[in-house]
Parts: sequence; C-alpha cells; structure tokens
Amino acid sequence: MRLCTGRVAIVHMNADAPIFVQKRESAHFLSQDELAPPAATFTQIIAESVAAARFFFERGWPKVSWKRLVRRLIQIALVLLGISFITFALVMLSPGDPVRQMIAGNEDIIVSQQELDALRAELGLDKPFIFQYFGWLGRALRGNLGFSYTVKAPVIEQLMISLVPTLYLSLAATVFMLAVSLPLGVYSAVKQNSLFDWFTSSITFMGISIPNFWMGLMLLWTFGLKLKWLPIVGGSMSFRNIIMPALTLGIVMASKYTRQVRAAVLEELHQDYVTGARARGMTERYILWKEVLPNAMLPLITLLGLSFGSLLGGSAVVEIVFSWPGLGYLAVESIIYRDFQLVQGIVLWIALMYMVINLAVDISYTALDPRLRKAGH
Amino acid sequence: MENLWNGLKHNRAFQVMSLLVLLLVLVAVFAPELTPYNPLRARMRDAFQAPSAAHWFGTDKLGRDCFSRILYGARYSLTSVLVLVTVIFIVGTSLGVVAGYFGGFADTVIMRTSDMMISFPGMILAIAVAGILGGSLVNAMIALTIVTWTKYARLARSMVLKIKKRDFVEAAIVCGGRPLHILISHILPNILPLMVITAASDIGAMMMELAGLSFLGFGSQPPAPEWGLMLNEGRQQFQSAPWLMAFPGLAIFITVVIFNRWGDALRDVLDPRQES
Repeated sequence: MRLCTGRVAIVHMNADAPIFVQKRESAHFLSQDELAPPAATFTQIIAESVAAARFFFERGWPKVSWKRLVRRLIQIALVLLGISFITFALVMLSPGDPVRQMIAGNEDIIVSQQELDALRAELGLDKPFIFQYFGWLGRALRGNLGFSYTVKAPVIEQLMISLVPTLYLSLAATVFMLAVSLPLGVYSAVKQNSLFDWFTSSITFMGISIPNFWMGLMLLWTFGLKLKWLPIVGGSMSFRNIIMPALTLGIVMASKYTRQVRAAVLEELHQDYVTGARARGMTERYILWKEVLPNAMLPLITLLGLSFGSLLGGSAVVEIVFSWPGLGYLAVESIIYRDFQLVQGIVLWIALMYMVINLAVDISYTALDPRLRKAGH
Repeated sequence: MENLWNGLKHNRAFQVMSLLVLLLVLVAVFAPELTPYNPLRARMRDAFQAPSAAHWFGTDKLGRDCFSRILYGARYSLTSVLVLVTVIFIVGTSLGVVAGYFGGFADTVIMRTSDMMISFPGMILAIAVAGILGGSLVNAMIALTIVTWTKYARLARSMVLKIKKRDFVEAAIVCGGRPLHILISHILPNILPLMVITAASDIGAMMMELAGLSFLGFGSQPPAPEWGLMLNEGRQQFQSAPWLMAFPGLAIFITVVIFNRWGDALRDVLDPRQES
C-alpha cells in the first residue's frame, strides 16, 4: 500500500501537453494508464504490500520497536494477571455454592454435607482464597486452566474449539463492514453536505442506536420466518447460517465505521496538499485515489483493528440470538451453569486475543507509516 | 448554566430534543395514569392476543398488556440508566480528579487499574461480573460501572492536569487555599461541562448495554417490565407472537435515538470549544 506523504507531485497541465510529474528524487512521465485510478489502485495495493513485506525481511525490525514490543508483552502479561485476580475474587464473592451446583445442577437434589465437603477438599475449594488463587495461577502458567464440568473437557480445549466460530463470525462481519463502509464513507466525504451525505449519516445514526440483539431478532423474523430465505436454527457453521449473524454485527459496526471513514477522508481533504494539487489542475479523481485515500488509510487501519477486537467480546449477545456456538455463547452458558473455571478461562482468552490483535495493529501501523519507518533506524 | 439557558432559547435542535426527553420522563412519571391495565396482573384468558383496540401492543404469555408494560418499562429503564450514568459519572470523575490533582501513589494505582480495564473488551467482563454476582438489576449496574468508570477517570484526570498548571490555580495555592477548596471552587467548575457532556452522550449506549444484560438474563428479573427482559421473554414466542419482541425493541431504539440526539445537541450548546 502506498502511504507516502512525501511524494508531492507537481503537474503542469495544458490541454494537449503530456502530463509532467516531478517527484522529489526523480522525474518521469505518467501515462494516462497510470492516472486511471480504480484499476491501477488494486495492483498498486498489492505491489505496496509486497514492498512492505520485503522491507521487513530485508532490513529487519526497526530497533526502537523491540523495546516497545517487549514492554507491550509485559503489559499484556500484567493485565492478564490483574483480570484473573478480579474474576477469581468475583467467583469467591458470588452467591451459591459451585460444588453443590456441580453435583446437583440446577435441580433441587438433596446432597449430603459429607459429599459436598469431600468434593470441596478434592477441588481445593476449602483452602483460603489466596492459596486457591496461587494454586490456580501456577497451574494456568503451565497451560492448565482447569476442567470444565459442563462440557466435560479441559477448559483450554473447549476454548480452542469455540474460538473458531467466533473468529469466523468476526471475520465475516468485518468483511461486510468494509464492503459497506469504505464506499459509503468515502463517497459521503467527497460529497459533503449533499443529499447522499445526509442520507448516509441518518442511516448510520439509526444503525448505532439499534440494540444489536433486537436487530438480530428482527432479521430472524423477516428473513427466517416470513420470507423463509435463511434457516432460523443455527448450530452448524454453514454459509447460509452465518449470513444473518454476520449482518447483524456488521450493520452496527458498519454504521460506526462509515462515520469514521467519512471523518478520516474529510480531514485529509482539508489538508493543504489537496488545495495545492487542485491549484495545479490535477483531476479530483487523481487526488482522491492517489493522494487522499492512501493517507486516510492509516487511522482507519487502527480503527479496524479496534473494531475487530471488540467483536470478540461484543458478539456474545448476537451469538445467543442465533445460537452461534462461539466464545460468547459459551461464556453465557457457562455463567448460567456456574462453571466458573470455564468463565475465567473465557474472560482471559478473550482479553488475550483482544490485546494480541491490538499489538498486531500497532506493529503493522509502524510498518506501514513511512514516518515511523524512518524513525526506526 | 447560562449556556444551557441560551441553548434552550436559541438552539432549535436542543429545544426539540429537550422536549422529547421531557416527554419520555413524563411518560415514565405518569405511567400509572396513562396505562389502561396493571402491567403485572396476569389474565390467562387474554394470553397471546395480537395488537387490537383493547390491547394496542398485544398481550404476552400471561395475558399482561404489552402497552402498559412498555410504559411502565420506561420507569425502569430511565431510572436505572440515569442512576447508572450518575454513579459512573461520580465514581469516574472523583477518581480521575484525585489522580490528577494529588498524583503520586493514588495516581499510579488508579491509572494502572484503568489501563488494565481499558485494554480488553468491557462487555465480556460486564457479562462475567453480572453473571457471577447473580442476575439482578443492581448487579448489572455494578458490572457496567466497573467497566465504564475508566473513561471518565481518564478524561477528568487529563483535564485536571491541564488546569492545574493555569495561573489562577497557582495563585490560589500561593494564597494558601486548601486542596478541598481549590478542587471545589477552581477545578470542578472548569471540568464539569465536558464531563456532563460525556455523561449525557453515554446515556444511550448505557441503556443498550443494560438492556443487553437484561436480555441475556443477567439484569432485571421477571416479572419486572424491563424492555430488555421483555425482549428476552418475547424471544421464546417470536414465531407465534412477534409483537412481543417488536415493541419493546422499538421502545429501546426510540429512547436511545432521543438520548443520543439530545447528547449531541447538548454538546453543541455546552462545549466551549465550539464557540470560538
């Protein structure tokens, strides 16, 4: 992706004279083909990504980032430690007896006290809080997050299984979001204050005010029940099953992201270099595709990472509506059945995912921004 | 305050939105007078009636009138969301002010905690907290307070740090003003407008999250006529009685739209940066 701010082009434009573009280092003639924006951009994106990748392999990592990376990793570890402590303390505070629940489930079965005590001792739940916590921590550090009695499997195993549907759903929702938001956001920024802009902003405003579970239910009712286009009962991860949950999440996210795209593009459009380019007679199309959009991409990548990360936690309600067997569904189920080992595992797992994604976004940001790239060495 | 009054007089959007908010509050206050039925009384004979002249929004599985329940629901939703936002506002702002003004150990503890809370998705923690503590409206509010106060603390802290450097605060310190006095009469008045704006624009989002927790069964418990909970109950009959989930959702949607718009208008009216 070309994200070079420094490449200011100077164009002398006469009706029939060739277009002369002068870059800082060198000058060359741009053919009409190169100016034709949409077709050229895609190949250019690929070319630039390849260039960025090559940059990594050839020159290695900028020196400053190593320090930052280590610091971030330590930070992640600390946050996980804090979260595990909080959830552990909450479990202790919670009403009800997990041991009784383990034996009797949600039913009113009479369990003898000896039986309860025996199981409690076996699970180490009779020890003081801090001992229990460090015991758990020690096991967790060795990769053992405990055993879930509801799914009858080690917690870590279930986490891996449930992660796949959530990632799949998040990815589908993100693809939908990008497909809708980018064109809408860019176009409404270009046509600022037009009818189209007004229309988009009203729609997106409604989109951010709709509770996503309600939208899910309405979609389910319309497309599943009335029109019978899509299956109502989920369970499997087929393409037809993912459409509605992905739409539900995607519409809300797209509403937010469209506004962000619009704002980012507008900000670039108001920069001096755009005025300069216009003054030199460059076409609006050229300015938009070759100058404005590449620059607007940087903040948008960060926001994209953030919204993808928030999907991991935020999709719980939608997963419940559509019986989508992901992490959010698992979280709600395990809370209802008071399977606290599993709850704790899920919270930590999602936190870890979220922070790793954010870290990845920051890294790609450093790699893509020429200014930061330069600062690196 | 003066800005607020000016806004009410001159800003058309703010006038309209304030009127709508007032209307919502009035509906909540006068729900007993406006509703034709008792929202909690079951009449099994009337169960699952479609919307009609007698029951505008239909009836639910126990024959309770949906329209009455939604009007009463405004009481639950508005009260709980206003209490929630106020609590978050007070907790977050005071922690932020303490961190910013006194610095040192308090600052480190508060801000590191807030760093931790901000670095992962709040909703999943809210679900876990509300669920583990046991489903109830109060627990859901506690959960949302735990995950949201950081935003206010950060904002308040950064503003206090800025204001602390200004001359009038220095002067007050030199004159021997006590910290409490300086905080109340010099710092708070300067940070409050922006904090209030933030709180006002958060009402809509908080309402959706509260409703979401209730929808999952971790908020209000039956038979409360809370909108999120009504959606949860209506979901089970959504094939036979779609009105049970259409209207509560619509109520949430409309209320959130009104509060979001009102928050935007309030920002225009109060934000000092917009004037210049």
